[in-house]
Amino acid sequence: MSFDIFLQYLLNGLMLGVIYAIVAVGFTLYFGVLDVIKFSHGDILMVGAFAGLTAYIGIAGTFDSPWLQLLVLVLISLSVAAFLGAVIARYLILPLQKAPPINTLLVTLMLGLALREAVRLFYPNGSNPKPFPRLLPTDGIVLGDFTLRSDSLILLLTGIICIVAVQRLITRSKIGLAIRAVAQDSETARIMGINFRQIVLITFMLGSALAALAGLMNGLYYNEVNFSMGLLLGVIGFSAAVVGGLGNFYGAIVGGFLFAGLQTIGAVLLPAILPDVPSAYKDVFAFTVIIIIMGLKPTGLISEKSSERV
Amino acid sequence: MKLLMTTFVLGLLYSILLLGSENQLEVGGLVALAFIVSLVGKKMGLMERLASAVREHPQFPAYASVAGVLITMVVFHNSHFALLMLATVLIYSMVCLGLNIQFGYVGIVNFAGAAFFGIGSYTVAILASHTAIPHLAILILAACASALIGCILIYPVLRTRGHYAALVTIAFGILFRNFLEVNDTLGGPQGMKIPPLNLFGWNLSDGIEIFGFEVSFYIPYLLIALILLILSFKITRNLERSWVGLSMDMVRTDEIAASTFGVNIAHWKIVAFTLGNFIAGMAGALYGMMTAYVAPNNFTFADSLILVSIVILGGIGNPWGIIPAAAIVVILPEKLQFIQEYRFLLYAIVVILILLFRPDGLLPRRIREYFPGNKVGGKK
Repeated sequence: MSFDIFLQYLLNGLMLGVIYAIVAVGFTLYFGVLDVIKFSHGDILMVGAFAGLTAYIGIAGTFDSPWLQLLVLVLISLSVAAFLGAVIARYLILPLQKAPPINTLLVTLMLGLALREAVRLFYPNGSNPKPFPRLLPTDGIVLGDFTLRSDSLILLLTGIICIVAVQRLITRSKIGLAIRAVAQDSETARIMGINFRQIVLITFMLGSALAALAGLMNGLYYNEVNFSMGLLLGVIGFSAAVVGGLGNFYGAIVGGFLFAGLQTIGAVLLPAILPDVPSAYKDVFAFTVIIIIMGLKPTGLISEKSSERV
Repeated sequence: MKLLMTTFVLGLLYSILLLGSENQLEVGGLVALAFIVSLVGKKMGLMERLASAVREHPQFPAYASVAGVLITMVVFHNSHFALLMLATVLIYSMVCLGLNIQFGYVGIVNFAGAAFFGIGSYTVAILASHTAIPHLAILILAACASALIGCILIYPVLRTRGHYAALVTIAFGILFRNFLEVNDTLGGPQGMKIPPLNLFGWNLSDGIEIFGFEVSFYIPYLLIALILLILSFKITRNLERSWVGLSMDMVRTDEIAASTFGVNIAHWKIVAFTLGNFIAGMAGALYGMMTAYVAPNNFTFADSLILVSIVILGGIGNPWGIIPAAAIVVILPEKLQFIQEYRFLLYAIVVILILLFRPDGLLPRRIREYFPGNKVGGKK
């Protein structure tokens, strides 16, 4: 394989890795704070992407500058997702706090299905893939077969900056301190005067806004969104968070890049080693490896810190 | 007994009317009627009286259901659509019985139910079109294939718990569908045709004539489905009532306590998981033969969720709840055409509401009763 094709795969893998890591960070935030899995995360991502698309259609006539359009689109998309996240936390997740964890998992799975179906049925022509506007500049550096387009570079950098920003927010800020306190021991945190409900809502808003960002990045990178994009991205993000170790911030990032790496390796190596096996098997390969890792490391690569009740 | 008989006759009449009516307004009226009757019945304490009557005649519901299916079958002997729906209800009930063993008894949630169902269908598709194995044997082989493929998952399922175990089955379900979509030998996204069931040299799709009556070719499938459902129901019920079920209950409720009492957790989980997948695969095989066609689109993650939601709707762990739940989930969208398009949305909303307001389902599982027929307190 020549060097420029290798670069192409590397860039693609990194791009996917950043998107997956952002989705996985959301899962890990929720799990850290409340020990719940919010499985509608992937569909929030999709709703965020569609909200962005709708906002673009609404404002495309008013503003000419693509940067201004992009700004409005991002703001609207993130706030819609954050609002939705808060509503879900308030009306579905907090009331079920005392129920068995599997109920929360099921409720949010079903909510994801409901969101997906609602967009398919009620969004105009929602069952077909929709073109996403190209708002970022597409010129770039050409290296043989490889083109480093500036939009890919911008997206990649944005993703990395976001992850670092969230990490800073959690480890350095006051809100982050409160989130970590609730995650560590919600009873004690409440006694110390932390508004538990508020922190939970903030965490869910943050996670959902991140999901919407991942959805927009996905849309801008592939220039297409569809109603079922959230399912696969959600499952991949969940896998990444679980393989990394639920509730662990760095685990989620490791998991995200690991999954992207597996998909890329699957796409490159499978046809090279086994000529009969096309690269379309990359997802099958990636999920197989994930299942194997779960068998070998049942609580993830960086396991969550929790004591066993005896 | 009188109460039971009246309920049975009314229920039978109701289901025949519902299955037979073509008019949207009629169906809507019937559904509303059922809703009102169940509300009024609950207010008047009819449900409790019914429950105590069932306790006195524990065999009655079983015989009544079988008789009900047979009578409905005779009434609709040449209406393909009604029979297809009836058979689908039976087959879906079977899959959910399998999932119920996994979820309700040992507590493994299988989010890949549709995948194991699909393995059954695909095995039939391959074996029936490429080999000369008798078709009834293929049914068993397909079930074995499903159980065997399930064994690949056993190791990670045993090692993991809670959300981690859920991931394993979710990943498997998605993996299975992806595999089918890209695999050209299995027909890719288009799927495969399945040759019709051939029983001892008698081709079932030819149509049959008994005593001069034209009879739908769905009837033999319906009968096979009924027999298999009775068998799996018996297995599930007996499993629940035996010491095996007791051990499984213990594994589900408290693994640590179970292991201190010497219950082998891994052992029971393997038994439940394999048995559940066996039943799901067998149901899938029969469904494949009946519809004569398999495609990856029938085995998506959403379908797995619907199977899980039937188990929850019926009441987790209660095999009796599954059959009405399956009937509601299968028949309502087919009958109310305007629901058809919205059915996934409606299922999702209904399950959310159930989990929020009635987490035990329609017929919650009751506490074990070791001496059937006895009233509470032990006196007859």
